[in-house]
Amino acid sequence: MEITMYNVSSNPHDRDSMTTQRIMQLVAIALLPTTLFGIWNFGLKALLIVVLTTGSAVLCEWLYNFFMKKPQTAWDFSAFVTGLLIALNMPVSIPWWMPVLGSIFAILVVKQLYGGLGQNFMNPALAARCFLIISFAGKMTTFTANKAFKGVVDTVSGATPLAALKANGYTDKSVSVLHMFLGDIQGTIGETSALAIILGAALLFFFKIITWRIPTAYIGSFTIFILIYMSASGMGFSAGYLFSQLFGGGLMLGAFFMATDYVTSPITPMGQIVFGICLGVLTAIFRLFGGSAEGVSYAIIICNLLVPVIERFTVPRAFGKGGRKKA
Amino acid sequence: MSLLTFRGGVHPFEGKELTKDKPVTKYMPKGLMVYPVSQHIGAPANPIVAKGDRVLRGQKIAEAGGFVSAHVFSSVSGTVKAIEPHLVPTGGMVNSIVIENDGQYEEVKYQKAKLSNLSREEVLNRIKEGGVVGMGGAGFPTHVKLAPKDPSKIEYLLVNGAECEPYLTSDYRRMLDNTKELVEGLRIMLSLFDNAKGVFCVENNKPECIAALEEAVKNEPRMSVATLLTKYPQGGERNIIYAVTGREINSSMLPADVGCVVDNVDTVHAIYDAVINGKPAMTKLITVSGDGINNPQNFEVMTGTPLSELIEAAGGLKEGAEKVVAGGPMMGFPMFNFDVPATKTTSSILCLLEDPVAKAVPTACINCGRCVSVCPSHILPARLATLADRGDLEAFDKLNGVECCECGCCSYICPAKRHLTQSIKSMRRLVLASRKKK
Repeated sequence: MEITMYNVSSNPHDRDSMTTQRIMQLVAIALLPTTLFGIWNFGLKALLIVVLTTGSAVLCEWLYNFFMKKPQTAWDFSAFVTGLLIALNMPVSIPWWMPVLGSIFAILVVKQLYGGLGQNFMNPALAARCFLIISFAGKMTTFTANKAFKGVVDTVSGATPLAALKANGYTDKSVSVLHMFLGDIQGTIGETSALAIILGAALLFFFKIITWRIPTAYIGSFTIFILIYMSASGMGFSAGYLFSQLFGGGLMLGAFFMATDYVTSPITPMGQIVFGICLGVLTAIFRLFGGSAEGVSYAIIICNLLVPVIERFTVPRAFGKGGRKKA
Repeated sequence: MSLLTFRGGVHPFEGKELTKDKPVTKYMPKGLMVYPVSQHIGAPANPIVAKGDRVLRGQKIAEAGGFVSAHVFSSVSGTVKAIEPHLVPTGGMVNSIVIENDGQYEEVKYQKAKLSNLSREEVLNRIKEGGVVGMGGAGFPTHVKLAPKDPSKIEYLLVNGAECEPYLTSDYRRMLDNTKELVEGLRIMLSLFDNAKGVFCVENNKPECIAALEEAVKNEPRMSVATLLTKYPQGGERNIIYAVTGREINSSMLPADVGCVVDNVDTVHAIYDAVINGKPAMTKLITVSGDGINNPQNFEVMTGTPLSELIEAAGGLKEGAEKVVAGGPMMGFPMFNFDVPATKTTSSILCLLEDPVAKAVPTACINCGRCVSVCPSHILPARLATLADRGDLEAFDKLNGVECCECGCCSYICPAKRHLTQSIKSMRRLVLASRKKK
């Protein structure tokens, strides 16, 4: 008699259709608006950088897994997203090999040497960016307008609106808030358009890839800090200054796409809020009192290091725990 | 009014359309009947018949083996063939009384009664003598549950008709087909608790049941119907109490600690049968469903009937069916052998053409937090599963691992397809066992 073998396993016997790969694909799709905008804004060189970083990130992941005889994870789109984020964080004038070096650093050192997907304690894309800023400070912070650039050039040659804002405050000559929102300004490839980033973020919210906690806490605490700074420093309330701070630099991209990176943010709901607040405060401190106009990357990376501590102190109250005692 | 609910939970494919509108078929068993002496939580019952004895339908064949225990009854007339260990749907070997059905269905005489003539003790005794246990799946002896230390402190009797497990429609049919009996059953329960209100709790995906019950309790001042949001595991005891009353209990508390008693609709029906008709618990509504069975439907089944017969009666498994589960897809037990009896707590047989668990290969955790957001116990499944896999009993306990209700939401939602529930469940049992030792 033929015996049919039936599957047995622990419950549950159903699985949701969402997979890691689909999450990463959706993030990549959500990054599309700002990527396309960057290519439009900065020209085809931006496209070249995107192709180089994503390609080298995926290739690096593939090679590492191949030589270390590990399960192949190059196609789960995680390396692709890392590569894409690196591109979006590069000034368009960068020599082509620097972003590639960044991709290799991100995948090899930050991600794989610590155990691969899910094990890195720092956002790989931002770690790569900081690595490049420290190594090649000049190239990484030069924003010279090339011929393809479509946007508004600041009166201070080669500076981003945020750098100009830091140097001169919000004046009549500053780039208007509207341009900063739309994004036809100087900056890294993917950070300039708040509109395109928010469009992509809406997609992430729609597909429930991210929750409101980190972005809201981040942007909220940052706003509050700026408001306090404005009144404490005697500058007085200036909507132009506030919105330039919000839309300028990497805040929008960082708050919606990089601070929300699952692996390097707390898993506890309360921890995510604390994490967001730390980010907002640190970013504001770096931007207002630091040496550079930009602070998002460093803030996120430093807060990544705080995640284990934040998690430890924000373990949620288990259902029914500490409630009415046994009668 | 917004719908009553809890925080957490998931929305798996419901699949209730497969069986919900099909009338219940009474299934007459063909082969040997098997009655495990342990169909409940607590001490096993002691057989009071011997090999060769003739028994009648409705006759007690095993007696409760302690305070927390329940009698077992024969659902057919026939001869005791053997008393030996037999495989049960949950996968264990349990001492069972095997009876050869003579097909006569000769019944014992049942003692009918009127509620108004019964004292509190008599009501409880009739429930005990009926062998009634929690039919929703847990199998806790009902006469124990209905006799808390201080009955005057019970404020809510919650009749659990959430039926949040996908595919299952046996409670749905029970609520539609036996509405009156359920109201009478609840009336019996209310007679035990002077300060309690009775609430039928039904998910909003069963509007027909809600309408029927609302109509039936229209003139019952102590009864009402609560509409719950359709979400798994809304019917979990802790969740349903929270949804309806806003009170929380943890794993070391009983519903009675917050003034609640929760019973499944099928249990309430069994209470009615035991108290009013004097009939013991020996039939069960069982849903046979899923995409792997030819004719999905509901059966009224005598306990002891082999599940293999029900699968056959439902047209048999489809070619290539991969998995057969006793119970629902979220908390059911998969079976490798269908020669197992329907017990008092069997509510469904789910036949799946494709096993989603086998298809899903676990990959690395990406810390997305989905398991945390769906966990009805508000614990951290991803962290607990890691600690469990590492065997760190102490840290697992410290992170409230024992508060897990084993509902399966975390494994269901995990995009990395990790077997979180499995890891946590195993470790949880270890922790509980180590506590007992101390």
